[in-house]
Amino acid sequence: MSNLLEVEEASKRFGNFIALNNVSIKVPKGSIFGLLGPNGAGKTTLIRIINQITLPDTGNVFLDGEPLQSHHIKDIGYLPEERGLYKSMKVGEQALYLAQLKGLSKKEAKERLKYWFDKFDISHWWNKKIQELSKGMAQKVQFIVTVLHRPKLLIFDEPFSGFDPINANVIKDEILQLRDEGATVIFSTHRMESVEELCDHMALIHKSNKILEGKVTDIKKEYKSNTFEVGLLSDNNMELEKVLRDTFQIEPAHFKAIDEQLKLKISLDTKTQPNELLGFLSDKAQVVRFNEVIPSVNEIFIKTITENE
Amino acid sequence: MSSNLQLIIRREFISRIRNRTFVIMTFLSPLIAVGMVALIAWLTTLNSDEVKKVVVVDETELFVSDFEDTKEVTYLNYSKVGLETAKDSVISQKLYGLLYIPEKSTNKNLAKSIQFYAEESPNFSVLNRIERIIANKLTEQNYKDEGLNLEVIQKAKAKVNIQIENFSGEKTSKMSNYVKMAFGGLAGYLLMMFIIIYGNMVMRSVIEEKTNRIIEIIISSVKPMQLMLGKILGTSFAGIVQFLVWVLLGGVLLIIATSLFGIDAQPVGVDPSVALEENNPEEIQLLIQDILKLPLLTLVLSFFVYFVGGYFLYSSIYAAIGAAVDSETDSQQFMLPIILPLMLGIYVGFFAVIENPHGTVSTVFSMIPLTSPIVMLMRIPFGVPWWQILISISLLIGSIVFMVWFAGKIYRIGILMYGKKPSYKELFKWLKY
Repeated sequence: MSNLLEVEEASKRFGNFIALNNVSIKVPKGSIFGLLGPNGAGKTTLIRIINQITLPDTGNVFLDGEPLQSHHIKDIGYLPEERGLYKSMKVGEQALYLAQLKGLSKKEAKERLKYWFDKFDISHWWNKKIQELSKGMAQKVQFIVTVLHRPKLLIFDEPFSGFDPINANVIKDEILQLRDEGATVIFSTHRMESVEELCDHMALIHKSNKILEGKVTDIKKEYKSNTFEVGLLSDNNMELEKVLRDTFQIEPAHFKAIDEQLKLKISLDTKTQPNELLGFLSDKAQVVRFNEVIPSVNEIFIKTITENE
Repeated sequence: MSSNLQLIIRREFISRIRNRTFVIMTFLSPLIAVGMVALIAWLTTLNSDEVKKVVVVDETELFVSDFEDTKEVTYLNYSKVGLETAKDSVISQKLYGLLYIPEKSTNKNLAKSIQFYAEESPNFSVLNRIERIIANKLTEQNYKDEGLNLEVIQKAKAKVNIQIENFSGEKTSKMSNYVKMAFGGLAGYLLMMFIIIYGNMVMRSVIEEKTNRIIEIIISSVKPMQLMLGKILGTSFAGIVQFLVWVLLGGVLLIIATSLFGIDAQPVGVDPSVALEENNPEEIQLLIQDILKLPLLTLVLSFFVYFVGGYFLYSSIYAAIGAAVDSETDSQQFMLPIILPLMLGIYVGFFAVIENPHGTVSTVFSMIPLTSPIVMLMRIPFGVPWWQILISISLLIGSIVFMVWFAGKIYRIGILMYGKKPSYKELFKWLKY
């Protein structure tokens, strides 16, 4: 799979402050790429460099194999975190204006806007002013304007903030559909559960440096610690726990169960296979639960950040 | 991407024009202005209707007969009653004032000891008239004392009216300087108003985009420089439309007002020459000739160049300020670099240029880019060598290029900065980003 976007060793300083330090990322075509990092890590600077709002001091950006140029503006749709619309302008006029700035003709823009407005069932907003709409409503208009010119690359910075759960779901489905239609998506967010749900690739930026990048599944494999969560039924839980503690490294686990179980997390060394554990356990007790503990993106995020402090 | 610039200009223009305050101001301002003029004119006539009564106590009995009543002032002769009684009656009847001329041995002493009593400080023109009457009489008296024949002296007085002519033999009126001053002053003043009104509008529109948080959406599609230029141009087109409406509406209203109230423009007009012209039809002809003889083509062309240039120079500063701050209240601290040169330009124009249009001060300030649009516009009616205009315009264009670049830098960084109130030092740092 080739990469739609490649950033090579981009650096940017503002005065004495280094906002971005030799950051490289590769965003594969057709992927949903999660760009993660704590506040002030440099995500926005990186996104602004991709959007040609800020120029990097050093480093290169390639879109579809070409060095980034001004005509690439048309190939990118960007929904910034700090977003708004002209308050006193009408919704329709405004959407038309923004679409035309992206290079669509007036006619084309009108047709596509009609499609989206019908899809979201907001056609009756056309002649309303933005100041009459709620924040969530305005966000919908912004989303439409972002995707209207069918860009190859979509960049969403905290796209779900301001949406209620129902509308957040609508937007999520639209993003997935756009991906299926061939768009590549970069996703910058703090909400780890949406990364978990949507992203297949991710990069983590911390204090201006990239500290992690790759396929989400690969990263998870790397971060899993060969730990298994087990639920055991036996006559004497105390006795069983003692035996297990002597053989393995254990700690208590928490999950919901309908009967009195011994709930444990058991970590294995690299030589031991899961089957050996399962065999050992099934000799001693009734195994009602046995699953591998896979680290969540949230856990990986917190772990890597604290490790790099 | 020039079509983007067009789009921005159009949006800015339309959103200015549609703005309710803008529409109201466009149509209301001429009404208010004409209303004010009419009001002042009316008040002036009202004011002069009131006849001032001045009591004269003249112990010498020499001057009383010379005080003739005018439209404004009547003189009451109280010489017989004495000073104290006269004072009492002025106070009790609330008369305008009391003129006291005591008996003195010499005219010199007399001249020093004349007094005017009044509750409030007396009107300048009233005093002036009284002084002139007394001075004339005393001079006459002095001539007589020296044994000179008054009639001979009267006959010997010569009246001089210098005819001004230039070397090619054309006659000009004395009014020509006033005409030049009026043209230059009007142009300079107009430019200053235009810069302040529409520069502020550019600034507000930049701040609006920042507070609406739409700015990042826009500049992911267009270059910040394009956005800034589009704003400046769009706003100036709206400004030109507004100005035209003002001129047209103001003109029509003024005509209606003058015919309706029957007020002639004279008492309002500041120009003292108007009265003179009426006595002399030849002068009016010369005046019209003077206007036609002004370097009209140069005037119109340079008006255009300096107007556009000056506006561009200043509105790019306004745009940069708008980008640097979060709200209009924060912009105050950066207003000095705009207001100071504008004021300087106007003051230099109204004092130095009128005193000596080709003096060092006038020439230097008509070269310095920030003041040159105003000062040069005021100088041009007096005839400025073309090489000076050329230098001034080149400097202006150079500094516009520099200023737009400079403002563009600050604009680019500033529009993405929120929540900080930057200092000049920080702005300087932004230039290096």
